[in-house]
Amino acid sequence: MTSTRKTKPTISSHLKRCGVPRRDFLQFCTRLMVAAPFGLAITDKATAAEVAREIGQAKRPSVIWLHFQDCTGCTETLLRTSKPDLADLILQVISLDYHETLMAACGHQADAALDKAVKDNAGKFVLVVEGSIPTKDQGVYMKLAGRPALNVLQDVAAKAGAIIAIGSCASWGGIPSADPNPTGAVGVDDIIKNKPIVNIPGCPPNPYTLLGVVFQFARNGTLPELDELHRPKFAFDRVIHDHCPRRAHFDAGRFALQYGDEGHRHGWCLYKLGCKGPDTHAGCSTRHFNEIPDVWPIGIGAPCIGCTEKHLAFRIPLFDTVPIHDATPPDTYPPIHTHTGSISAAGAGLVGVIGGAVGGAAWVATRRFTSSEEAVAMIEANCEKPHKDDPHVEGH
Amino acid sequence: MELTRREALRSVASKCVPVVTAALAVPAAEAAEIRLEPAAPIGMLYDATLCIGCKACVVACAEANDLQPDVRLDGLHQAPEDLNNFTKNIIKLYKPQEHSLDSFVKQQCMHCLDPACVAACPFDALWKNDENGVVAWEPSKCIGCRYCEIACPYHVPKFEWDAFNPKIVKCEFCRPRLAKGFEPACTSVCPTHAVIFGPREKLLTEAKQRIDATPHKYFEDRVYGEHDAGGTQVLYLSHVSFEEIGLPNLGTQPIPARLKWQKRIYKFLALPLFLYALLTSVMKKNWIDHQKELLEEEKQTGLRPQL
Repeated sequence: MTSTRKTKPTISSHLKRCGVPRRDFLQFCTRLMVAAPFGLAITDKATAAEVAREIGQAKRPSVIWLHFQDCTGCTETLLRTSKPDLADLILQVISLDYHETLMAACGHQADAALDKAVKDNAGKFVLVVEGSIPTKDQGVYMKLAGRPALNVLQDVAAKAGAIIAIGSCASWGGIPSADPNPTGAVGVDDIIKNKPIVNIPGCPPNPYTLLGVVFQFARNGTLPELDELHRPKFAFDRVIHDHCPRRAHFDAGRFALQYGDEGHRHGWCLYKLGCKGPDTHAGCSTRHFNEIPDVWPIGIGAPCIGCTEKHLAFRIPLFDTVPIHDATPPDTYPPIHTHTGSISAAGAGLVGVIGGAVGGAAWVATRRFTSSEEAVAMIEANCEKPHKDDPHVEGH
Repeated sequence: MELTRREALRSVASKCVPVVTAALAVPAAEAAEIRLEPAAPIGMLYDATLCIGCKACVVACAEANDLQPDVRLDGLHQAPEDLNNFTKNIIKLYKPQEHSLDSFVKQQCMHCLDPACVAACPFDALWKNDENGVVAWEPSKCIGCRYCEIACPYHVPKFEWDAFNPKIVKCEFCRPRLAKGFEPACTSVCPTHAVIFGPREKLLTEAKQRIDATPHKYFEDRVYGEHDAGGTQVLYLSHVSFEEIGLPNLGTQPIPARLKWQKRIYKFLALPLFLYALLTSVMKKNWIDHQKELLEEEKQTGLRPQL
């Protein structure tokens, strides 16, 4: 797997040498264009042929792939892209110089392969990190060749041209960092501060996003425009909810309330089952996995868990609903005259009776009060000599 | 001494008469004057037969006017039930029964030629632009009395009940957009041109052409707002009864003309201030009388007054 040549051939010459048909490569380029429609320099072309020419001129990018606390799902998604020959194609297009899952070597041999790959392509290779890094107790919870993962990452990252954190775990901790986070798992962002880092969150992310970033770096030496969470904008600029195939059901207020209920069987909106789509930026609703329509959670009736958002997946419960940020009108209408409160005759009568009772009671009370005052006055008058008329009588 | 009934009435009358006569004399002269029509009134023409109820105008209005979505109904949708403090423009549905003739209707300020709200406003916080006739709201002058809310026959101005410093919320014909040379947000996004923007005269001609081209299509073959309530700058065409879709039959006389002198006594809060002044003077008189009484009693008994 490791290349022995110092200078790598361009992608097109390598593909020719390996006998990959041009048609396959053009198909691949078309899919890349679909996956990254806007904001990626390499796919911002009119035709697949132009994209193919652009990518073909690039040197095969050297990629070193490190596994930490992960499930290898991100690797699997790269390998299971569409037909098997496409996975082959991907491995022909990029030069995957170190990858623990795919390499035949093991033990000291593997260790040496990593050293060699890093030394050969120092300052130029793309480091792809999969999985979170344990930091608690000096990182003893994960070791590679006897060294903590933390130190391995720091050494390799120091010589990388660019770093791509693939998957939610590498981006900001993912599942291993879920409460109570026993290993102190963090993302690459929290450890490496002086290198450009692109986060491609997702559980797993779409492999075309990774390929887009890698190709742009190989061809132009630049990274695509990133958002505030360091995600490439070309893949994470849209909200799932805005392109969701079940959106019509949301607008009509038709919600599945339980798995397997009538609404769920009819493909209604999954919001009330805890779908995080309205708060999640990702391309899942437009770029389905493995190029098969509807192969993504919402497509098969499972709510979105918000794996591309730092504050959602593995942070809040699966069935909790998220706030709707951009509320839009439903497909129902208010009536011409909205109902305003009215009072029935009986109600008015009752209020009158209560009011009358209170008024009457008040009147009786004042009478009593006055009479007691009068009584006091009379007692006083009896004690003293009456010298003039009682003033209270006149007042009423 | 004791304030007799006769004395009290006399005192009130002596204070009232000059003020009331003054208040009535000025407006009596002014009531005859006819409100000047704006020089070049702009307008909107809404044709209910073209509206498909897409609510693009509702969203555009909220965006253009920085209104937050009204999610008070279910917490999910921007679903206002009526014009309110979050909603300056709304699409409603008239559907008397299942499968009967139904119609959408767009509601916003009608921008009357002689608006009742402007007449009712004590401090000219609501004012009508002399040039284009837009009825606008001036926050610095508003005292929050909500007379406009009650005066408007279309129930358009709305008060922000839950705000600390409440505003009056009503359609102002997208004033900032007009100033920049754009048409109002609602007319600019309508996909079927059910609501269009233009000078009022031109829109009237257009509406009449539509009526002439298709007789009996429109209700009573007339344009609502041509003469209704003295004429409005937002004109309506509909295939169902105007009253059914929330446009009341108000006659051809402007609302302020009907109010005559009543509207004037509220100018600068004259009537409430007068009533308060009257009450204060009565209270003051009573207080002075009471003090006198106490003094007298003290003189007679030689004891200090006790509670």
